[in-house]
Amino acid sequence: MFGDFIPLFIMIALATGLALTLLKAAEIIGPKRPNRIKRTPYESGMDPIGSARERYSVKFYLVAMIFIVFDVEVVFMYPWAVSFHDFIEGGAAFGVMVVVTIFTVILLIGLVYDIKKGGLDFEQ
Amino acid sequence: MEYLLTAGFAFLVINAMLVSASVLVYAERRVSGFMQNRPGPNRVGPLGLLQPFADVLKFVLKEDVQPAAANTFIHSLAPVLMVVIAMSTASLIPFAEGVVVADLNVGVLMLLALTSVTVYGITLAGWSSNSKYSLLGGLRSAAQMVSYELSMGLAVISVVLVAGSLNLMEIVENQASGGALLGWNAVRNPIGCLIFIVTAFAETNRAPFDLPEAEQELVGGYHTEYSGMKFGMFFLAEYVNWFIAAFMIVTLFFGGYLIPFQPQLLALAPGLADSVLFPFLQFGSLMLKVSFFVFLFIWVRWTFPRFKYNQLMMIGWKYLLPISLANAILVALGVIFFQTYF
Repeated sequence: MFGDFIPLFIMIALATGLALTLLKAAEIIGPKRPNRIKRTPYESGMDPIGSARERYSVKFYLVAMIFIVFDVEVVFMYPWAVSFHDFIEGGAAFGVMVVVTIFTVILLIGLVYDIKKGGLDFEQ
Repeated sequence: MEYLLTAGFAFLVINAMLVSASVLVYAERRVSGFMQNRPGPNRVGPLGLLQPFADVLKFVLKEDVQPAAANTFIHSLAPVLMVVIAMSTASLIPFAEGVVVADLNVGVLMLLALTSVTVYGITLAGWSSNSKYSLLGGLRSAAQMVSYELSMGLAVISVVLVAGSLNLMEIVENQASGGALLGWNAVRNPIGCLIFIVTAFAETNRAPFDLPEAEQELVGGYHTEYSGMKFGMFFLAEYVNWFIAAFMIVTLFFGGYLIPFQPQLLALAPGLADSVLFPFLQFGSLMLKVSFFVFLFIWVRWTFPRFKYNQLMMIGWKYLLPISLANAILVALGVIFFQTYF
């Protein structure tokens, strides 16, 4: 079971090695002539005004929260999808379909409510 | 010993990905040139074929400038994360029957999980640079990828419903059952296929969903403050992600490595399935399909204008998400009523 994952870990290890090699190679080969102007963040040639660590639109938090709700829903649907053929063979197909449809509709109501409240409107 | 072989194969795949990324850079610039009625890169080497190598050389030889106010460790971590994730996803793609680095029973799930981690790379890059353009690009990208990931997940669910397995190889083999081309999930599940292709464009930040790095508004987006090899690593990750997205579209919806009309072909030449040639034929058929989708990505880039941000969110949440939910239910009903076909 766990053995199946070892090739993936080998791949990740090799890829990490590649990425670190690239980083190190550029550090060794590339020139280093920093100065103050070079090390300022880009702001269309102007002197940067303040730091970039500022407040940003609350809309992004809303998107993140709705994402969590729906992502968990999708996670719940995977086991259903995998074992659906077994349900059909067991003769439970329609009962399962009714349950999943109710589950989906409840979440769709939530989505409609959110859209009506303007939680996903990025205009203005 | 067994794992040594796996490691060798993994090494080969990583190198293949590196080479194909440079081929993709060349292909994109040439095809773009062709579409805009200009030659494209044609100076370095015959037909400009050596252009990608010149680019790589330039990346290595350039100075790596880091903004003074940046968070040094995270600024370096972000490109590493991007490359590692992009390369690891390649281990899950079946290249021919039985030819895959990691044959997981939860292959699709792992693929989705790995691609989700890309969001971290982009957000960290945007935040750690301490530049306003980078921050906005990173935020936009995070919100965009997160929004389209849901529809992508639901499109994958509609595939899993038909195949009854999360293993990528089994999903591919399942598409052989319908006979000829009719078994392809693109035929059995066309809405899911369309949704998946659209979300694949959004997930890889390709035009028309390239808002995170919209030049006119955000300069370079999340990699504004990157230069030299670190920028090159973002570039590499982006092209590998694009390639993997094409592989995913083909694997899930267009029969993966299956040769078109494979059952008929095997009936004509019974010895073929056991011959050494067969995996190569399958790999060739996979690459042909993938090349078409790679071309499609470039074609779309020069055909559709970029969306506005509110349009992007509207498409993702108000249209794609309800449609993909309905599609999952529809496919489930289809599986119940047309069991012989699915």
